[in-house]
Amino acid sequence: MNYFAQQTINALQLGSIYALIALGYSLVYGVLTMINFAHGDLFMLGAFVALILESVVRVPFWIALIVTMAVIGLLGALIERFAYRPIRKAPRVSAIITALGCGLIIENVTLGFSPYPRHMPTLLVNTSYYIGGVTISSLQLTIISISILLMVMLDLIIRRTRFGIAMRALSFDRAMVPLLGIPANRIISLTFALGAALGGSAGLLYALAYPVISSSMGILIGWKAFVAAVIGGIGNMRGAVLGGYILGATEIISVTLLPSTYRDLIAYSLLLLILIIKPYGILGTPPVQKV
Amino acid sequence: MKKNLLLPLLVLSLLFSACSSNKKVLKIGINAELTGEVPAVGASCVNAAKLFVERINQQGGLDVGGVKMPISLIVGDNGAKPDQAAAVAQRLISQQNILAMIGPNISSCAIPAAEIAESLNCLMFSPWSTNPNTTLHSKTGTFKKNVFRGCFTDAVEIPALAQFATRQLHLKKAAVLYDTSSEYPTSAAHYFQNAFTSEGGKIVNSETYTTGDRDFSAQLTKIKATNPDVLFLPAYYNDAPLIAEQARRLGITAIFLGGNSWSTPEMLKLDSGHYLNGSFLSNHFSTQSNAPQVKSFIAEYQAKFGQLPDDIAALTYDTMGILSEAIVKAGKPDRTAIHDSMAKAEHFSGITGNFIYKNGSHDPMKSIVILSVKDGAFGYVTTVEP
Repeated sequence: MNYFAQQTINALQLGSIYALIALGYSLVYGVLTMINFAHGDLFMLGAFVALILESVVRVPFWIALIVTMAVIGLLGALIERFAYRPIRKAPRVSAIITALGCGLIIENVTLGFSPYPRHMPTLLVNTSYYIGGVTISSLQLTIISISILLMVMLDLIIRRTRFGIAMRALSFDRAMVPLLGIPANRIISLTFALGAALGGSAGLLYALAYPVISSSMGILIGWKAFVAAVIGGIGNMRGAVLGGYILGATEIISVTLLPSTYRDLIAYSLLLLILIIKPYGILGTPPVQKV
Repeated sequence: MKKNLLLPLLVLSLLFSACSSNKKVLKIGINAELTGEVPAVGASCVNAAKLFVERINQQGGLDVGGVKMPISLIVGDNGAKPDQAAAVAQRLISQQNILAMIGPNISSCAIPAAEIAESLNCLMFSPWSTNPNTTLHSKTGTFKKNVFRGCFTDAVEIPALAQFATRQLHLKKAAVLYDTSSEYPTSAAHYFQNAFTSEGGKIVNSETYTTGDRDFSAQLTKIKATNPDVLFLPAYYNDAPLIAEQARRLGITAIFLGGNSWSTPEMLKLDSGHYLNGSFLSNHFSTQSNAPQVKSFIAEYQAKFGQLPDDIAALTYDTMGILSEAIVKAGKPDRTAIHDSMAKAEHFSGITGNFIYKNGSHDPMKSIVILSVKDGAFGYVTTVEP
């Protein structure tokens, strides 16, 4: 029993981080139907921004979180403005290639500055609690609760604010919205900033949980979070969160029940199965053909 | 415009080729992991090679058939990727006309590069790859004609470590956690499980992950449930501190063991929380030796690069020494002659101890050093003879 409780905590921690990154993919896809493949690298950069903040100025955790989100959010908006907007009317593949290119640039610039993996200093006092044989660290609790807090905030922004309404309108009909006097470009920029900021926050939390960071860390995690977004139904925010937790849980459960060598095989076969049953993801809706 | 450029370029290239043929340098290629997952490995290799070449060239170079010839290093970055390692080997050998290649160091790169060196008939000398398949033909199981190594293999190293764990530490229950997508961890885990069992110990758990994973919580929770007294982690230096930290946080109290993949000071920097305290590792070399040639090597290396040399640096230095001896004995700067003289080499005494190439083996017999990790430093424990 303890054993399964422990694994549940492990799955929640991993799933929270996947969910935060997956939200970035889903947000951008929601408004532009474009997959921002540079997102995994923005996540990685978030970890490095946090490292710089901590090793140079040693700011407290909350400030580090806010500054990291702001820096990565700004960078996300800049990438949209200078790399994606000029080719918004170009064929879909051009956007994908541009996104991959942006990701590679970020990754290799970071590699140039830091070819060595770096150690992330501890930011929070990390106490472990033993509750009936289950080990929970305050770090795990922080990661899980901050992720959930950020997700709830995002949900409120999307559902309750004027910006959120404009964003949803934009994803509903991109041609109509500018005609109603809504500044579509500004909304798109803000959406990118928001998605990137969430990726940056995930980078910081990830670096705290797994304190060895390197320029290549965004690739694998980025792909996994993308898978999570697709499983949940890309474009749907709650779906992205659900997908993140499902992916985290399947990875942990497959190791728990079977030899760990089969982890990726089991986890991804299961996800494939979900897609066969629900081709648009769990919470995704098939596009309606307008006549 | 094109025409205008072509002529000066032609003249320049003629000039350069004229220069290089007049000067008669010994071109040695280095195929090293300068970027990618383990850049510290490549940096140590290149640093030590440079130090060696500097020493030799200060004396005017090597005496090859009565002519003093300086050594020139040509460094290629393999990015710690197998395909790039093969491409770098191809470029160094066929385009840059090197006499012999040092590296790659990590086995996943050394094996594909060895295939290229073998097919192009150029001597390849890996200072640090311990996987048996680097020097062996995968089909026939005989030695590749052109591939040598400057260290012991996993088959010698890991059983010695297992022996140390069972006989000296009296540990009986072992768990293993390794990266299945990388060569060294997989083969090391395999040798450890066999050796530990044949020494009378018991393997209670064997778990895996893949390169790039940072979360080991599921595997470690599983390992914790079997309560082992030793956890073998044949991971590279960037993974080991992470695994150790997560294991201790989960409450695993087992002693950690590692192979020579741990031995760079970079790992100690990444382990700033000292979660690896009390661990042991098997290695090629200890900086705490009293031999005068080791002391002078360490002093020079530290003066030039500002850090202690690791085993990769020491082995590269020895490998360069063995190769230089072979070149001198060959008497001419020619790939075949150098290969033939290398094949005849039997004994060499370097800073990492004695190298004995017995009965035409391309893998030397060498002693194994056991080190401990304590408060961010490696300490010498004992030496195990194979």
